[in-house]
Amino acid sequence: MSDATGFEPKIVAYVCNWCTYLGADLAGTNRLEYPPNVRIVRLPCTGRIDFNLLIKTFEMGADAVIVSGCHPGDCHYTAGNYHARRRWTMFRELLDTLGFEMDRIHFAWISAAEGKKFQQFITETTEKTRALGPYTAYREICEASR
Amino acid sequence: MARIGVFICWCGENIARTVDIEKATAEVAKIPGVRCAINYKYMCSDPGQAMVREKIQREKLQGVVVASCSPHMHLKTFRAAAKTAGLNPYLVEMANVREHCSWVHHDKEKATEKAIGLIRMTVGKVLRNRALDPIKVPLTKRALVIGGGVAGIQAALDIADAGCEVVLVEREPSIGGKMAGLSETFPTLDCSQCILTPRMVETGQHPNIKLYSYSEIESVEGFVGNFKVTIRKKARYIDIDKCTGCGECWTKCPSKKTPSEFDYGLANRTAIYMPFPQAVPARPVIDKDACIKFKTGKCGLCLKRCQAGAINFEDEDKLITEEVGAIVTAAGYQLYDIGKDQPNAKLSGYGEYGYGEYADVITSLQFERLSSASGPTSGEIKRPSDGETPKKVVFVSCVGSRDNAKGISYCSKICCMYTAKHTMLYKHKVHDGEAHVFYMDIRAGGKNYEEFVRRAIEQDGAIYHRGRVSKITRENGKLIVRGADTLVGEPVTIEADMVVLAAAMRPAVGVLELAQKLKLGYDEFGFLSESHPKLRPVETNTAGIYICGACQAPKDIPRPWRRRRRRRAKCW
Repeated sequence: MSDATGFEPKIVAYVCNWCTYLGADLAGTNRLEYPPNVRIVRLPCTGRIDFNLLIKTFEMGADAVIVSGCHPGDCHYTAGNYHARRRWTMFRELLDTLGFEMDRIHFAWISAAEGKKFQQFITETTEKTRALGPYTAYREICEASR
Repeated sequence: MARIGVFICWCGENIARTVDIEKATAEVAKIPGVRCAINYKYMCSDPGQAMVREKIQREKLQGVVVASCSPHMHLKTFRAAAKTAGLNPYLVEMANVREHCSWVHHDKEKATEKAIGLIRMTVGKVLRNRALDPIKVPLTKRALVIGGGVAGIQAALDIADAGCEVVLVEREPSIGGKMAGLSETFPTLDCSQCILTPRMVETGQHPNIKLYSYSEIESVEGFVGNFKVTIRKKARYIDIDKCTGCGECWTKCPSKKTPSEFDYGLANRTAIYMPFPQAVPARPVIDKDACIKFKTGKCGLCLKRCQAGAINFEDEDKLITEEVGAIVTAAGYQLYDIGKDQPNAKLSGYGEYGYGEYADVITSLQFERLSSASGPTSGEIKRPSDGETPKKVVFVSCVGSRDNAKGISYCSKICCMYTAKHTMLYKHKVHDGEAHVFYMDIRAGGKNYEEFVRRAIEQDGAIYHRGRVSKITRENGKLIVRGADTLVGEPVTIEADMVVLAAAMRPAVGVLELAQKLKLGYDEFGFLSESHPKLRPVETNTAGIYICGACQAPKDIPRPWRRRRRRRAKCW
């Protein structure tokens, strides 16, 4: 699967406990294969995610970051996913202005019933990231400022 | 240095097949802070849990990582084990190396590498975990049951009999649900009413049950033990406390042309009506859209007739708040819309069957009414178009079910059985009639079920054709059913007098909205999701909310009946 340079993208997925985590469980139960490049971090809700966490993830070596939670209207805590969406809309521009490569941050809604969607999303994200290559630009800046 | 124990499970072969367990064990033992790393074939089993407990005590572990299945499956199990060994349960975490690793990858080397990574992450988490103590909150010992069909009635009675108060909310004017309209039930052919109506009466009279009929759930707030539920009591225009159910109003009502919901349009009802004579509560309701008084202002015959003074045209919807500790959802099912018009883009219909176009092409639930003693024909089989006795009836199973092209891949589970029952009911009433069945497979799993289907074929002479129906047309007053018998390998054309379509079961109207109000998960078809199909079949992922009946998946009548004990035990 890896290209000539042997690059294997590192992807971190921050997912909510109630929808996407269970969607990933369902992908497992149905034996839906996808590339092994993603590490899932289970959080109670996407509304919990601080964007500094995403920046930190890049700093620590991720080539792409995923945030995925419940569909609108389905949040276990009523409005957490709306908070996440609002925060995402705001921070996307901010991160863009700061010079982050926006095609390395992925936002999705995957429900507990969407194992297939989880598989597709992970596969696509892995392939896209592989094409982009390692995200060294930001890591170099971090190194330089140390 | 921290003292973390890592326990890697083989899950039989489920994990061990794809993850090199020995290598993973050796690698994670090197992670700073890890005191010991061991593996075992079934970590969740008694010896496996004993290993965890023993290591906690002997190695004085300060944290535990179990690398096995999803935490949704066994986190509680391992936390309980840790607790008995004296470790705070919140210092136990799971690395999901089954659902998120061994089951979705094939390359053993990469899967092993990922598993080690997942365990390393989880060790990192446990190192930062703090011991927690659960808080105690007061609990309201009352339950809400949503839906007054057979599942909801039984749930309400079980909880009420256990000594707890129950609030039962039913959106129709009467409880009883779909079962109240059935004729006789498989596999015993005892009448549905005889089984259900005594329970309905019991529900209506039970001192622990507060019944809100003709009411819906407006909103739900709160959490397990402390839910606050707002119920919309829809304007009935009848004071059910004053009303005696004498019937003087509906027998005099001049608006008589509304298709009866209870008879699925096979008969008409008045504007002020009781859905069926055995209704609970035995009180009428005014259909505002059909009522002449509401439409023109002139009428009010029922008001004049009512001796009890129970009629109130000024009635309005009322919002009532109830506090409960647990919620049981028994919202039920509806039939798939057979024709071209479908409720959403995922589904498509069978325009070629002529349902809605030909009066004598009916659904299975309509056939139930036709063969029911309480139905519009008093149980005589008469076809809707002209009231003649049909001499040849074709039953088509799997209409929608198991048809990916129509958007429903699942089996509706009950159709094979009720179709066999329909052929029997028909043959018992029309002795010289012919009953033909088109089927894909006969699925008759259950006690006395297979025998029942054989009886329909062997004793009552139902003619089964293994194949699908491609088209139904009408020629010279006959319904021409074109299909195939794949066992004979020939096309079959039957000139029928009536056709009964066994439409798929779908979650009831409004289940999706209800799921969103209750924060419940649902599958791609809209059925509500249980926490785990085997370990937690009646629980949902929202603590304190339980599901039962056909809003969970297609089910026959005995099933919710059987699951009730479990549900009752779970509520308190």
